[in-house]
Amino acid sequence: MRVLPNLRSGGWFKVLLSSRHITFSSLLLAASLPFVPTHLGAQVDGEVVYNQWCAGCHGEDGAGTGPAANTMLPRPRDFTLALYQVRTTATGGLPTDADMLKVINEGMPGTAMPGWEDVLTEGDRLALVDYLKTFSRFFQDDPPTPLDFGRATPETDEAIARGAEVYQTVECWRCHGQQGRGDGESAPTLNDAAGFPIVAADLTENWRFNGGGEVEEIYRVLRTGLDGTPMPTFSDIVDAGVITNEDLWSLAHYVRRLSPEDEPEVREVVTAKLLTDTPLPQTVEDIVWEEAEAFYVPLAGQIIIKPRWFNPRVDGVWVQAAHDGRELALLVSWGDPSESPDTLWADFGERVLTTMAPGDEGSASGSGAADQLVVQFPQELYEGQERPYFLQGDARRPAYTWTWQSDVTGAFESIARGMGTAARQADAEQHVRATAQHADGQWKVLFVRPLDTGSEEDLAMTVGQAVPMAFQAWDGDNGESGNQGAVSTWYFLFLEQPTPIAVYVQPPVALALTLLFGLLVVRQARLGSGMVRELDASARRKRIARTRQLAGMGVGVIWLGMAFGSYQNSRAGWEAGHADLGFWWAIIGGLLAIAGLGALVGTWIHTRTSK
Amino acid sequence: MIERFGELRNTALLVSMFVIAGCGGGDGGGGGASAGAADAAPAESPVDAATAGNVAGMVTFSGTAPMMAEINMNSEAVCAAKHSTTPTEESFVGGENGGLANVFVYVKQGLESLTFPTPASAVVLNQDGCTYRPHVLGVQVGQDITIRNSDGLMHNINASPTENRPFNVSQPVNMETNRSFSTAEVMVPVRCDVHGWMSSWIGVVDHPYFTVSGPDGSVALDGLPPGDYVIEAWHEQFGTMTSNVTVATGETAEISFEFTEAMAGASVPMGEPIDLLHPDGHRTVDH
Repeated sequence: MRVLPNLRSGGWFKVLLSSRHITFSSLLLAASLPFVPTHLGAQVDGEVVYNQWCAGCHGEDGAGTGPAANTMLPRPRDFTLALYQVRTTATGGLPTDADMLKVINEGMPGTAMPGWEDVLTEGDRLALVDYLKTFSRFFQDDPPTPLDFGRATPETDEAIARGAEVYQTVECWRCHGQQGRGDGESAPTLNDAAGFPIVAADLTENWRFNGGGEVEEIYRVLRTGLDGTPMPTFSDIVDAGVITNEDLWSLAHYVRRLSPEDEPEVREVVTAKLLTDTPLPQTVEDIVWEEAEAFYVPLAGQIIIKPRWFNPRVDGVWVQAAHDGRELALLVSWGDPSESPDTLWADFGERVLTTMAPGDEGSASGSGAADQLVVQFPQELYEGQERPYFLQGDARRPAYTWTWQSDVTGAFESIARGMGTAARQADAEQHVRATAQHADGQWKVLFVRPLDTGSEEDLAMTVGQAVPMAFQAWDGDNGESGNQGAVSTWYFLFLEQPTPIAVYVQPPVALALTLLFGLLVVRQARLGSGMVRELDASARRKRIARTRQLAGMGVGVIWLGMAFGSYQNSRAGWEAGHADLGFWWAIIGGLLAIAGLGALVGTWIHTRTSK
Repeated sequence: MIERFGELRNTALLVSMFVIAGCGGGDGGGGGASAGAADAAPAESPVDAATAGNVAGMVTFSGTAPMMAEINMNSEAVCAAKHSTTPTEESFVGGENGGLANVFVYVKQGLESLTFPTPASAVVLNQDGCTYRPHVLGVQVGQDITIRNSDGLMHNINASPTENRPFNVSQPVNMETNRSFSTAEVMVPVRCDVHGWMSSWIGVVDHPYFTVSGPDGSVALDGLPPGDYVIEAWHEQFGTMTSNVTVATGETAEISFEFTEAMAGASVPMGEPIDLLHPDGHRTVDH
């Protein structure tokens, strides 16, 4: 958890800068000082900073209706209401300066609000805090008092288990769903304070939590609620003795555990695991998927080709892949609270469309579309590794796509020369099979296709080769269809290859050669040391000998360092799916390590004999 | 069942107290329990009962009554079982003889020179059968509102005033929570995000002269000091109407508010500050 900078750390002049702290006596003090720090002379004008950086979304009047606001959901904060989600104060309380600074610094993940810590100076950001407070008369009241959160309880298995019980007791599932994916029965009817549709947070993506995803931050939200949203405070039930404060910490631990330990790392290459003694999975529940590595691919709204979409529901998909040398199995999983079209969500989709109203020609006019997933590949591997345009290709480099839709069984292959131009291939040329499952707010779609379909229209996949791959996803119940959905950029799919025999033969050979090389070094050192012994009457010769000792040791250490570097390269290669790269770096690393050790041993022998 | 009857009886009592006894002096704000009326009389009332007069009248509706959508409570068996007939939305509740219920009637202007003590008793907002009881209620500034969960399942109480600070509290089990508002505000919307159909309105005023009409549409404000007043009637669908009355000692001034079909969909003022000092505080219905 990031530690907040101390507001007072900047010294007394900052205290003066804050209008709340300007008192008559401090003004007198400032006026009577013989010199004033230049900071105070160039006092930051929060209004200027605000109008330059914030007004585009939040509006010059602070009402959250700036020129860009219409393309955002959730809408930018309306500062005139003094309704703040991220606080250390009770529900209905005002945020402290530190609370406001935290949001300015870190932004609001999962919304359009970026962090400003690296963009604006600390003085600018502090001035903004003060300026934001001028939008509401509520800040003229007494300064807010933060709640006492106490200390986090230890994260034990018992705490997690207790947290799971509390999740049921306080009925978090009402909105967040049993598995936390925001698919609870009340989720489709949620509105924020301004009446805009709002989603229940997907608790399996803690990197997108408003106010932070660590245990302390989750606990804070449970205590304070997120004012202006449907998320209530749970402080009252602790006060009423329904649950204990420790229970609330346990709940925070449990919720934290619903997400991965670390925010998923985005990797360029998805490796398809080679299955040699297990059959290729034909269902989404196959045990192979429990073992296979999952790769996270982030998605963003399609905002390039009109009609655009600024409110994608699917913010990322998890991809797992396996092959058996003949067929590829690709499992794509993503959070989506409903199986569109779902009548319970129809109204939500309508409200989203009304709210977003991008005004582009051809915008979706009604919800009720199906969920959809498109996996893109180039139609063939183009020269110079050039990839098609990432939005379903272009005229020169068409994309070859697999399309799955929630209201149709299976999937189909198409050739596309741009967004919305996908032409389904003839029935005789359909080779991809798909099965799908929707459970607990998550879609899992499994595609299976022969590596080589025998058709010139389809991309042929070769073992040991990386092919470009990209994803697009639509949530029909979120008002998405046509061009209005979520898209990814290009990634690679690498089909793991069987290890060649040479890999097993070469290492011993290389080792033997290196050993021989090492012995030669040692022999050289011995010869050298013999010469030195004959001439050791001279002190100068001794000095030369010492220099040679140091040089020998130095070379050895450098070689060992290079060996370590090779090891790092090797690991990176394996992880990226480049098995060959990883292997050869390992060999080079081994050679260097032996050479380095040889040099050190040789020098040691040299040193011993020279005495 | 008995408990439920008890709640209904309390609600009925509350309503009847408003209607029959009005909200004069110590009875202001009423109470959740029948004993509340007797206890709550504050000693330092600024009004001389001997010289006081009353206001009484009717709130009616003319035209075709809007259809109220049925609420599907199938997902909440506990709540559905508490309703003998299919529950409907409550943004319009009419009664016999054109009476209009759930209209918040209060003195908007004329009491500027007086300050009133805060009643010690609390007003109860009950969640029963996944419905707020009452649907519209009044409370004095600073007076406690006891929010009660009688359903034993998750409710959240999300109040979104603009002149007061908001709150959003969870009640996953049968329990009570107290909250109050520090500034006069007509009206404060309250909703439950878990059950999207649940809504309630709280009128916050800084004196005890307010009431909520029952199905018969009758309203009364008793024990007002003699003088000229502006009385406002607020309805969640039809907006507000005002009426000027003169109260004389020992007499009852007549008021009458007739809301019409044409006023439906009015931009209903809520969260507006009640500017008692403003001479032209009258607010009209848009559209």
